[in-house]
Amino acid sequence: MAYGPHTTEDRARMLAAIGVDSIDALFADIPSSLRSSKLNLPPPESESELSVRLETMAGRNRVDLISFLGAGAYRHFTPAVVDQLLLRGEFYTAYTPYQPEISQGTLQTIYEYQSMMAELTGLDVVSASHYDGATATAEAALMTCRATHRERVLVSHSVHPHYRETIQTYFAGAALAADEIPLVAGGPADGTTDLAALERLLADTDRPVAGVVVANPSFLGLLEPMAEIGKLAHASGALFVAVVEPVSLAVLATPGEYGADIAAGDGQPLGIPLSYGGPYLGILACRDALVRGIPGRLVGMTTDVDGRRAFVMTLRAREQDIRREKAASNICTNQALCALAASIYLGAMGPHGLRDVAALGAARAAELEAALAAAGAPRLHPGPYLNEFTVRVPDAASVHARLIGRGILAGLPVARIMPGEPSLADALLVCATEITTSAEIAAFGAALHEELAGGVR
Amino acid sequence: MVPQDLRYTKEHEWVRVVGDMATVGITDYAAEQLGDIVFVELPEIGRAVVQATAIGVIESVKAVSDLFAPIGGEVVESNSELSTQPELVNSDPFGKGWMLRVKVDDADQVGGLLDAAAYEALIAEA
Repeated sequence: MAYGPHTTEDRARMLAAIGVDSIDALFADIPSSLRSSKLNLPPPESESELSVRLETMAGRNRVDLISFLGAGAYRHFTPAVVDQLLLRGEFYTAYTPYQPEISQGTLQTIYEYQSMMAELTGLDVVSASHYDGATATAEAALMTCRATHRERVLVSHSVHPHYRETIQTYFAGAALAADEIPLVAGGPADGTTDLAALERLLADTDRPVAGVVVANPSFLGLLEPMAEIGKLAHASGALFVAVVEPVSLAVLATPGEYGADIAAGDGQPLGIPLSYGGPYLGILACRDALVRGIPGRLVGMTTDVDGRRAFVMTLRAREQDIRREKAASNICTNQALCALAASIYLGAMGPHGLRDVAALGAARAAELEAALAAAGAPRLHPGPYLNEFTVRVPDAASVHARLIGRGILAGLPVARIMPGEPSLADALLVCATEITTSAEIAAFGAALHEELAGGVR
Repeated sequence: MVPQDLRYTKEHEWVRVVGDMATVGITDYAAEQLGDIVFVELPEIGRAVVQATAIGVIESVKAVSDLFAPIGGEVVESNSELSTQPELVNSDPFGKGWMLRVKVDDADQVGGLLDAAAYEALIAEA
């Protein structure tokens, strides 16, 4: 596509064509009090000065730490092919084209993303992507209300706290209710979604439930009884939303297999680098019956007038630019670049490669569990996990801070984002992936042992 | 040419009332304006609908519009053939393209609807 900036002559011709004297005149309707005054900015720096300044700021990041942090965003190896292809000029934009059908290559990549995600989730329809896992989950919760004409969802307390907050934010504007399903306290199911409580909440016929939202693995790393939860939800006419971590789907049962109607999750683990605040990738998938209620763009495959394969934006009537206030969502865009990264990653790894990534992470996590238990930090919950779990560390926050001084990022003190919960006050949420090494695990174990034994400070 | 025995709304729905049962569809004028209809979303059986509120969605290749309830009552039947053959709305809007049967709450509402002559005048102006 040819691109050249407008010349002074171009601008003069355009202004003459619409009968306006100056560009400023186009803004005459905006009261002067609302127009931006001169910005109070320091003088510009040269590129070399700016580079030094930004490098100094970036240098404050602790990228040297041995990390066991997960909690919703995960370290994985990304093959070089992902960046190599992503940086091609033809692809390097976050946006779907506004004259989409002319960009067949872009549409094909989105179609392939949708196809691979459908395979991974075991569901029929996948949107062309959302901002992140939290917004995709909130959209999924809204979908259940529209589909059932009910106004209340139940969200497990073990869904990521940020996701729960996002649901509350979306629901507050829509005058809908999102209530929490408590967790089991004690016993073999300690820390997982309380099925008896769920049954009681669903039985409240005055407040019928549109959807039940549960994460697997949960924020605490535990595997949830998804099939049972789905059955309970469906028995009361509610839809079942599974919040998923995509790599785990290579080895765990898929949402399609355990009866979920909608799956949502963050696609960051699929070849997207960790970064503070994103951009990440919201995955949203559903069963065919819900296709007209799924928000976001959808790309379909068809044939053109000459019978050739062609890709198109499809079911556009759900979207805001056509349906206005009755659209499925205000979302009219996607994370095309991050979705492309996920597609290239999945294509490069293949199904076997992705299984290896998930299985290796699980094996490293088992090794980590043993090392931490030996250091005096046993698991907090007894149930099965995949590659992330909580351990009990007295005074977790200060031990965590001291371990950073030893070069180890000991996961997340859970109380930092789930405060005021006595059962989690001593919890550290730790994670291992395929790139965690035995040496790193040994170093963590040794440092923790010294901290807990009151050794070298 | 609009059938003389039906009642109409300004939103281009038609109603055929027999006893307390009303059959509802959209007019050929509406179907033609929308173009090829590809999907019709109808309210579930048993739903109580209020006159002049949006109760369904009609999607064509070029537009999407709401179906308004021409009359209040309880939905007792919807045309299930439209889920696989939405084009019936284009080919036979007053016949096989019917959408709903509604058990009418208040027969007086029928009197407020347009008769064929008034509807013809409406679309002649459009």
